[in-house]
Amino acid sequence: MSKPDRPTTESRRGFVNWLLGTSAGAFAVSALYPVVRFVVPPLEAESATSSVTLPFTPAEIGSNEGKPFRFGNRPGLLVRTPGGELRAFSAECTHLSCTVQYRTDESRIWCACHNGFFDLNGANVQGPPPRPLETYDVNVRGDQIVVSLRA
Amino acid sequence: MKNHESRLSAIWNWLDERIGLAPAVSLARKKEVPVHKHSIWYYMGGMTLFLYLVQIATGILLLIYYRPSADEAYESVQFLMTDVKFGWLVRSIHHWAANLMIFMAFIHLFSVLFMKAYRPPRELTWFSGVILLVLALAFGFTGYLLPWNELAFFATRVGTEIVGVFPLVGDFALKIARGGTDVTGATLTRFYGVHVAILPAIAFLFLGLHLLLVQKLGMSVPPSIENSGSPKKAMKFVPNFFLRDAIGWLVAVALLATLAAFLPAHLGVKADPFAPAPAGIKPEWYFMFMFHQLKLLPAHILGIEGELVGVMAFALGGVFLFLIPFLDRNAARGKSSPMFTWIGIAVLAYILVMTYLGYTADPMG
Repeated sequence: MSKPDRPTTESRRGFVNWLLGTSAGAFAVSALYPVVRFVVPPLEAESATSSVTLPFTPAEIGSNEGKPFRFGNRPGLLVRTPGGELRAFSAECTHLSCTVQYRTDESRIWCACHNGFFDLNGANVQGPPPRPLETYDVNVRGDQIVVSLRA
Repeated sequence: MKNHESRLSAIWNWLDERIGLAPAVSLARKKEVPVHKHSIWYYMGGMTLFLYLVQIATGILLLIYYRPSADEAYESVQFLMTDVKFGWLVRSIHHWAANLMIFMAFIHLFSVLFMKAYRPPRELTWFSGVILLVLALAFGFTGYLLPWNELAFFATRVGTEIVGVFPLVGDFALKIARGGTDVTGATLTRFYGVHVAILPAIAFLFLGLHLLLVQKLGMSVPPSIENSGSPKKAMKFVPNFFLRDAIGWLVAVALLATLAAFLPAHLGVKADPFAPAPAGIKPEWYFMFMFHQLKLLPAHILGIEGELVGVMAFALGGVFLFLIPFLDRNAARGKSSPMFTWIGIAVLAYILVMTYLGYTADPMG
């Protein structure tokens, strides 16, 4: 009688251990899952900005000058080339996303963080930036400068 | 007098019966520190620990006035520096003790490395120490943003962008670190929580483990001394070594007070997410060697983006540092291991040269 008894107790113990183990595991997952989801930030409404009217007029930007502007919630840079043409770029450096500025002495766009240079077409020409700056379309309507995403 | 003493011993006995003070006392009496020509380096860990305690004390005080939001953080620090009595002192000591703590942690790391104190059975002490160093750097990185000034803003932008460089998990990790896709007020509150709650809790665990292991295993004697016959001399920890420790701590307090008085912490210009990064932007000095290295890398190396190569190389360097106790087979067998001494010297020289170049480089390119 004792012989068939042993496996029964052992499998019973094994079953209880398995039940306890999986319950503990399930408990841990059910406690950790909300924590992980809590830490991941909720999706922000993607900035739907496709076009902005700048808060300054074409007369306020001289040749060989750069002015920062807000493109939705991102920084932009408007440049009037020494030739007098207006060009607009995203001001986010393609290297590690510092905000770039126009260097009058170099007539180029410069990122102060890691010394990257971009030319007046936004091309990365010197230093660590791996890609050109994003360029925007510039339209002048009377006194207004309208900057919009490239279609 | 008699009465007073007997009352004290009655309190002692009452506590001893309940929590057992006698074993702790005998443990403290038994603890000894080896005395030899390199014994001075045994004080570096204790100094780092003391500076960490200063950080906890001053950090708790700063919590009373600090407000963790993009609209108020800068102003609250400004108020603390100008209107609150001794606010400048508390913040400046927090600033300087942080820098000295990381400096001492590096000295502690390199002295342990050169004395081969990571050899068996002290591998876990080394691992917990490297983790504590990473935590110290994380404290520094998160704390740097809290005043919400221009320098801190861009340093955080670059620093978190580096997280995003890692393949596969980069984008996700970047979002977790910033609390969104950009560095905003959400990043500030996140960094604040990490700086004042999460990191202290993790540091408490690893510091506890680190100190427990030091107690259990005692001080390591460098192989050169051990092979020329174990050191004959030893010093009682209580009171001889401890009092020497305490003298060092007093010197540290004097130094902190002097630095705080003559070189108080700056606040700078409030962060403006739409202003261009200012010329001469730089991280804290302990990240300078990595920052300058990234500056020097070309846009592409063998078709891979330069920053990815640089960041991966530093990550591998960290893994190598962590695994030294397993990699240095000679030291583990009690033999001399000049190769790891030379690696240590090379890494130290590299860090010093890169840091020097970083501070002397022309900020205008």
